[in-house]
Amino acid sequence: MTALLELFLVFLKIGAFSFGGGYAVLALIQKEVIENSGWISPKEFIDIVAIAEMTPGPIAVNSSTFVGYRVGAVAGSAIATLGVVLIPITISLIVSVYYNKFKHLKQVNRIIKGIRPAVLGLIAAACIKIAWASIVDIKGIIIALLTFYGVWKLKINPIIAILASGVLGVIFYGVI
Amino acid sequence: MLMDIFLTFFKIGSFTIGGGYAMLPIIQKEVVDNKKWLGEEEFLDSIAVTNSLPGPLAINCATFVGYKTAGYAGAAAAALGAVLPSFLIILVIAVFFASFRENPIVERVFSGIRPAVVALIAYALFKLVKSMGVNPLNISFSIAVLLLILLFNFHPIVTIVICGALGFFLYRKEEKQ
Repeated sequence: MTALLELFLVFLKIGAFSFGGGYAVLALIQKEVIENSGWISPKEFIDIVAIAEMTPGPIAVNSSTFVGYRVGAVAGSAIATLGVVLIPITISLIVSVYYNKFKHLKQVNRIIKGIRPAVLGLIAAACIKIAWASIVDIKGIIIALLTFYGVWKLKINPIIAILASGVLGVIFYGVI
Repeated sequence: MLMDIFLTFFKIGSFTIGGGYAMLPIIQKEVVDNKKWLGEEEFLDSIAVTNSLPGPLAINCATFVGYKTAGYAGAAAAALGAVLPSFLIILVIAVFFASFRENPIVERVFSGIRPAVVALIAYALFKLVKSMGVNPLNISFSIAVLLLILLFNFHPIVTIVICGALGFFLYRKEEKQ
């Protein structure tokens, strides 16, 4: 029971501060779920991010469902997912109700102007930590560079890029 | 009506891979063009507002559209519809993940995928930097956050609060000038 409560509170906190969408939440999950709670390993986390890239839905929801399942099976996944979306939904609802007042709030805009560049720093930090755990040799560097070039210059769909890198993994690291 | 809202967002949630901005054209097509729940301008306004709030953009946007269409119950129906597909899909994957992860071929596949994930995140960062428009002030915020987290082990939430407060005070000066 206390484990489920802790799970709920950790994801409530992650949801409340998940500004900037998608990848910014990775830094929060790394801190709370890997470093503080030790619920999953860094490698497992990267695998979850990879799965999240290939399945529908926001990364925050996908990873909370996954981590929740690891900690407390089906009940855990429901509680973690509820935790991560509860504050965002509540705030969105408040903003919808008082929409016309919020639209012109200069103070809020100034805070957002400060948070936006912070989000870039958060994503950069998450990216470096993930690179540290997932690029272990020269083959990994080659796969990363090829993928970056593919999505940037050749405009390859990220899902195709992930599938192709999986094939490269099998080729590079041996079939059997 | 509520069922219609729920099903519409369930459908949107089921088919939008990649999350966030990939969802917007699809939400727009369903909500503005097909169902006519919101006008074009109201939809774009809702994106501008919900984009600056915490939480996944698609869920915030669903809540907003749901409320505008059918009040509190509409917001609940839309948010539930948007969350449920990814929840169910990941739940199924999580149940089987432990067993197929130990397969040696799957392990090799993931050894290839992990570096690719780094590249995808780096590319998203690269696009965000371009769209933000770099100036000395905002890029020093970004670099400070990066260093605080990597070198001094700061909690990400602390850096968000600091930058929000700095923005509040620094940009007030700018407005007055």
